[in-house]
Amino acid sequence: MSRKAAILWTRAAVIVVAVAALEILCRAKIISPLTLIPPSEMASALWELIASGKINDDMVQTFSTVALAFVLSVAVGFSLGVLIHALPRVRRALDPLLASYYSIPFFVFYPLLIALFGLNTIPLIVIGLVFATAAMVIATLNGLDRVPRVMEKTARVLRLSPTRAIFTITLPAAAPYLFTGLKLALAYSFIGVIAGEFILSGGGLGFSIAYAYNNFDSQTMYALMMFVLVVVTVVNGVLHVLEQRMLQRRAGR
Amino acid sequence: MTTQTLKSGAGGRLLDALVLVGLTVLVWQALYEYVGDSALTSPLMTLDYAGSLVRSASFWSHAQATLIAFACSLAISIALGVGLGLLLGLQRFAGDVAEPIFVALYTIPKVTLYPLILLIFGLGLSAKVAFGVIHGVVPIILFTLNAVKNINPVLLRASRVMRLSRWQTIATVLAPAVMPELITGVRVGFSLTMLGVLIGEMFASQRGLGFLIINGISLHNVRMTTAVILIVVAFAIAANSLLLAFDRRMHHAASS
Repeated sequence: MSRKAAILWTRAAVIVVAVAALEILCRAKIISPLTLIPPSEMASALWELIASGKINDDMVQTFSTVALAFVLSVAVGFSLGVLIHALPRVRRALDPLLASYYSIPFFVFYPLLIALFGLNTIPLIVIGLVFATAAMVIATLNGLDRVPRVMEKTARVLRLSPTRAIFTITLPAAAPYLFTGLKLALAYSFIGVIAGEFILSGGGLGFSIAYAYNNFDSQTMYALMMFVLVVVTVVNGVLHVLEQRMLQRRAGR
Repeated sequence: MTTQTLKSGAGGRLLDALVLVGLTVLVWQALYEYVGDSALTSPLMTLDYAGSLVRSASFWSHAQATLIAFACSLAISIALGVGLGLLLGLQRFAGDVAEPIFVALYTIPKVTLYPLILLIFGLGLSAKVAFGVIHGVVPIILFTLNAVKNINPVLLRASRVMRLSRWQTIATVLAPAVMPELITGVRVGFSLTMLGVLIGEMFASQRGLGFLIINGISLHNVRMTTAVILIVVAFAIAANSLLLAFDRRMHHAASS
């Protein structure tokens, strides 16, 4: 068995053992059923929810909002990152702000966003966007910073045009960091949108979880929590595989 | 670098910061003009109210509650994060197995876990601390893990050639090499722990600055909410600037 397969199998085993342990602890009532329901019950409750079609609207709303926030944040974050990288003075001024960015609890601005845009999905998109953009900006700056000097010099020696230098040298050299930015931007889009829905909204998965919690409907609550968890994990897994493939290609060169 | 350029650099930085603050205030004022009193107070009014808040004793009891919860969760996050990160970074196989799991954990919108945290820890300090830790520990693990993993192999090979023991390798090669990344991780963890504690206070507490903010929102006390946000943001930016300066010094020392 190759090392890679061994890693994958071990990871799967770790997850299976963790879920099984949780199942046993819940079934044996060591964890109170009031605190947590067994994962199998979550899964069956989720299956019923999906089959009944009750959460279709919520799913569409949440995922389209996340997708929009993600795409916008990557576009805006990358452009801003490139711009700020080109202007060292602006960058120096913005650095403390970028560094402190994620200690600001953005959800408190949510009522303000509703006052600005009304109670619809726009405040959610904005909160996801505001939350995710900084991660992309920081990743872009990091990536551009770590382009080896030698490569830049080589580009000059080879008299590459600026556009060719960007596409053949700068972007590939910065790619691992940009990819980290993508992963973070996706994470923050999810966090921003679902947390926003959780606090104040009229629909979406976050809203449904909060609604179920307030109604002591722990079946629905845990089913939906599991659903969000599984979806986020699967998307992440796909990104991870893509990243590994990219890194391998680079190592092979 | 000569003292002359250092001085002008520091002066320039102060000017940059002032311009940034000025721009923020302008945007804020414009927003206030646009949305009016119902959602926001003007910068001047907020500053005034924040000033009177800081002089009141009740504010400090809330601030103290937040700071205690924050200090506890940060200490736990750093100890747990650095420990696990080092362990997983050194055990390459375990690290490769665990890293995507932690990345996935990092991605989970942790606010949704708040019913679970409340059911486990009940209302109060422990729930707040737990909230802070689940937010702060994962980035510290990931930064430490990656720092150890991406360490220049030449350094490790050199230490093997010199026949250093495992502990000597950690103390003289590994620790100095990962320190800059580790400080960056702690800086990120610092911010996220604070975010976690504040969010925890918003939902699961009757004390603390997060509670003041959410209480202000539900009582429609816009003045209170805006002033507390201002104080929290100012604290966050000040603390982070200090950490950032330290971070820079570490990276600078490492690269020179």
